[in-house]
Amino acid sequence: MTRRTPLGRAARCARVAIPVGFLALFFAWPLGAIFARSLRAGALVDVVTDPVLRRVAWFTLWQAVVSTALTLAVGLPAAYVVARYDFPGRRAFRAFVTVPFVLPTVVVATAFLALLRPGGPLEFLHWQRGIAPMLVAHVFFNVAVVVRTVGGFWANLDPRREEAARMLGASRFRAFRHVTVPLLAPAIAAAASIVFLFTFTSFGVALLLADPAHATLEVEIYRQAVELFDLRTAAALALLQIVAVLAVLFALARVQERRAVAQRLVGAADSARRPRGRERFVVGAILGVTTLFLGGPLAVLVWRSLHVGAHWSLGSFRALGSSASASTLFVSPWAAVRNSVEFAAIATAIALVVGGMASVVIAARPGRATRTMDAFLMLPLGTSAVTVGFGFLLAFEHAPSGLATSPFLVPIAHAVVAVPFVIRAVVPALRSIDPRLRDAATMLGAAPRRVWREVDLPITARAFAVAAGFCAAVSLGEFGATLFIARPDWPTVPIAIQRFLARPGEINVDQALAMSVILMLLTVVVVFAIERVRVRDLGEL
Amino acid sequence: MKRVLILTIAAVTLAAACGSSSKPAAKPETSPTTTPARITTVRLLTHSSFAVSKAVLADFTKQTGYKVKLVQPGDAGLVVNEAILRKDNPVADAMFGVDTTFLTRALDAGIFDAYEAHGLETVPASLQADAQHRVTPIDRSSVCVDFDKSWFDHNGRPPAPASLDDLVDPRYKNLTVVENASTSSPGLAFLMATVVAKGDGGWAAYWRALRKNGVRVDDDWTAAYQTDFTAGGASGDRPIVVSYGSDPAADVVYSDPHRATPKVGVIASTCFGQTEFAGVLHGAHNVAGARALVDFLLTRRFQEDMPLQMYVNPVVRGATLPAVFTKWAVDPAHPLSIDPATISAKRSDWIKEWTNLVVR
Repeated sequence: MTRRTPLGRAARCARVAIPVGFLALFFAWPLGAIFARSLRAGALVDVVTDPVLRRVAWFTLWQAVVSTALTLAVGLPAAYVVARYDFPGRRAFRAFVTVPFVLPTVVVATAFLALLRPGGPLEFLHWQRGIAPMLVAHVFFNVAVVVRTVGGFWANLDPRREEAARMLGASRFRAFRHVTVPLLAPAIAAAASIVFLFTFTSFGVALLLADPAHATLEVEIYRQAVELFDLRTAAALALLQIVAVLAVLFALARVQERRAVAQRLVGAADSARRPRGRERFVVGAILGVTTLFLGGPLAVLVWRSLHVGAHWSLGSFRALGSSASASTLFVSPWAAVRNSVEFAAIATAIALVVGGMASVVIAARPGRATRTMDAFLMLPLGTSAVTVGFGFLLAFEHAPSGLATSPFLVPIAHAVVAVPFVIRAVVPALRSIDPRLRDAATMLGAAPRRVWREVDLPITARAFAVAAGFCAAVSLGEFGATLFIARPDWPTVPIAIQRFLARPGEINVDQALAMSVILMLLTVVVVFAIERVRVRDLGEL
Repeated sequence: MKRVLILTIAAVTLAAACGSSSKPAAKPETSPTTTPARITTVRLLTHSSFAVSKAVLADFTKQTGYKVKLVQPGDAGLVVNEAILRKDNPVADAMFGVDTTFLTRALDAGIFDAYEAHGLETVPASLQADAQHRVTPIDRSSVCVDFDKSWFDHNGRPPAPASLDDLVDPRYKNLTVVENASTSSPGLAFLMATVVAKGDGGWAAYWRALRKNGVRVDDDWTAAYQTDFTAGGASGDRPIVVSYGSDPAADVVYSDPHRATPKVGVIASTCFGQTEFAGVLHGAHNVAGARALVDFLLTRRFQEDMPLQMYVNPVVRGATLPAVFTKWAVDPAHPLSIDPATISAKRSDWIKEWTNLVVR
C-alpha cells in the first residue's frame, strides 16, 4: 500500500473529481436540464406502452447486438494478426483500419451503394436497402475499435503462456481457447461495449442504408424532438435509451472487472514475429480479406474523386481552392483541415488527461462505486445527441454570453465522446499490472508518483498511444456534436463535406469527394504519427 | 451512492469555478459579443443552408458598423426549436429561416418582437403573413417533383413524368424517391402538396398508390438527391426526386464539365410554395443591430445576392435576377400552398398518418 500523505489524498481526490466534474458539467448537467424541463411520468408510460415505439426499441437493441457480434467476428482475426505477427506495412495497416471510422456516413453510404447497385462490382449480391447493408456498414465503421482496442492489448500479452500450453500438448485451438481468450476477455468486452454504444445510437447509417421503416431509437428521438417538437416523448425515449445502455454497460463492466488478471505484459516488439510456413498463408488471407472489405468502398471514393465526368482529373481538388472565396458557406480546404487538426489536438489532450485519471481510479478499486463511475463516463456515447444538444442550450442559458456558441466547446464535445475510448483502452492494461511490481518499487523507496512513472506508465504506454490515436480519430470524424455547437466560421472537414453535399450539381459532389479523400489522408497521417511515438523500455509501439 | 452524488456536486462547483476563470482566456480569437462602450456585433441565428456572398456581408458592416456573427446549429426545424427553448435569453439577436411550415410554432411561442422593416412596402402584401410584423418575409422557394431529363430520353423508357398522377402510373414503378415527411422539410412540403392537390379525403389513397408503385423514402434531401437521384451524386438509380424548383439553375451553375442546359427538369404543377421569414428575437441584446440586419435582408443588395447563394427567389419587387436563374429556375405564379395556421393545426396529424401509411 502506498503511504497516505495529505498530498496523495488530494491527488486521489482530484483523479475522481476531475473526470466526474468534467462529465457532470458538459454532459450530466445539460441532460438534467432537458429532463427537468421535459420529462413527465405520463409520457414515460405512453412511450413504454406504445406498440410502435416498443418495436423501435426492440429493433434498436437487437441490431446493435448483432452488429457488435459481427464486428467482433470480423475484427478479432485482424487484431490477432497485427498483435502477433510482424509484417511489412503493419503500422500503416493499423492506421488504415481507422479510416472508415472517421468518414461521414453519407459519403460511405454513397460508396456502398455504388458497389451494390446494378452495374456495380457487387451487383451479384442482389442487395436491396434494409437490414443487411446496415449491419455491414456498422461493421465497416467499427472494425477499427476491435482491431485497435483488442489488438493493442493482445500485443502486450506474453506469447510464452500460449507456447507453454502448446509444449504441454495442447492443440493450437485449445491453447487459444483456454489460455489466450480468458486473458483477452477484458479487452474484448471493452471493445464490445464501445461498438454496442455506437451501433445502438446509430443515426446516419440507419437513415441511409436501412429503409425508414427500420428507424432506431436515436432517429425516433430526433423525429420527436425536432419535427414534432414533442419534447416530452423525446425525453422519455432518451431516458429509455439511457437505461438500456446502462444495463449493458454494467454487465460488460463486470466482465471486464472479473476477468481481469494481473499478468506479465511484454513489449509489442517482443510478442510479434515474422509469420512462418503455413502461417504466412493465414496471415495473408486475414489481411487480404480485411483490406478488401475496408478498402473497397474507400477505393470507390478515391477513384471517383479523381474523375470529372468520365475522365481522370484533379479538377475536384482544384475546385476546392477556388470556391472558398465567394460565399460564407464555403471554406478553403486548408482552413477546414487546420480547424480539424487544432480541435483534434485539444480534444485528444483533454480526453487523455480526463480519461487517464478516470482509468487509474477504475482500475485500482474494483467495486460498485467505480463501476458506476465507469458507466457514467461511457454514457455520452450512448445518449441521443439532439437531447444533449438541447440540454446544452438550457444548461448554459445564464452562462456568460457567448459560451453556448464558443468554438472552444467543439473540442470539449469531442473529448466527451473520446474519454470512453481512453478508459476502454487503458483500464485493461492497468488492471493487468502485477501489483507486486508496484510494491517492489515502493519497497525500494519510490514515491507514488515515481512508481506510476516507472511502473505503470511504461506498461500502459501502448494503451495510451492506442487511445490517443482514437481520440484524434473521434475528433476528426465527429459530426453530430459539432453541428449542434456549430460556429459556421470554424467548420471542420466533415462539416465542409456536408455543406458541399447540401447542394445540387457535380461540382459540389466532386468537392465533397475530394474533401473526403483529404479526410482519409489526414486520418492516416495523424494516427500514423501518434503511433510512431517511442516509449522507453517497451520500445517502439 | 450518496457519496458519489455529493462528490459529483462538489466537482461541478469546482469545475464551474475553474471554467469561468479559464474560458475567456481560452478563446482570444473570437470577437467578444459585448464591449462596454458599444455593441459591435449582431448575431444571426439561422439554418445550416444559409449563405451570403462575403462581399455583401462586408457591405452591411461598412454601412452599419456591425459585424455579423452567424449561429447555424442545424436545419430549419432544429433552429426554430432552439429559439423556442432559449426564448427568455436568446442565443442571437435576429433570426432568419423560419419557413411557412414552422411559422405558427414560432409565433405562438412568442420568440419574435414586432418590427416593421424598412422596404417592406416593396414586398407583395400576399407574402406578409403576420399583420403585427413579428416576422418579415425574405425569400420564396418551391418544393417540386424533379426528374432526370437524360434518363427519360432513352428509347424504351416512358416520357418524362408530367403530373402527380404519373408517379402512381405503373410505367413509373420504382422510379421515385421522396424525403421522409417526419424528418425533412422538403418531405413535409411534398406531403402538403399532395394534401392540397388530392384533398383531405384523397391524399391517403394517393400515398397508398405511391407506396404500391415502389416509392423510396429517404430521411433527408442529401440522401435522396445525392445518393438516390440518377442526376445527383452519380450512384443513384431513381430518376424522379422531390427537390426544389430552382434545381435546374443550380444544375447549370454547378455543372462540371460545364453544360449550357440543365439535365434536371421540374414538374411545375407539383410545386408547393414556401416563404422564409426573418425577425428580431425577443430579448435580443442588440436590438438596433437586429433591426438593421432585418432591414438589410430586404435591400436589393442582399435580395439580388440570394438567388445564386441559396437558390431562392427574392420577395422585393424589381429585384434583378441573374440570367441563369430567370432562364432555368421554375417559379410558378400560383404554386400549391396552405396557410401557416392550418399547417400548424394539422401537421402533427398529417405526419402521424403519413408515417403509418408509408414507412411502418
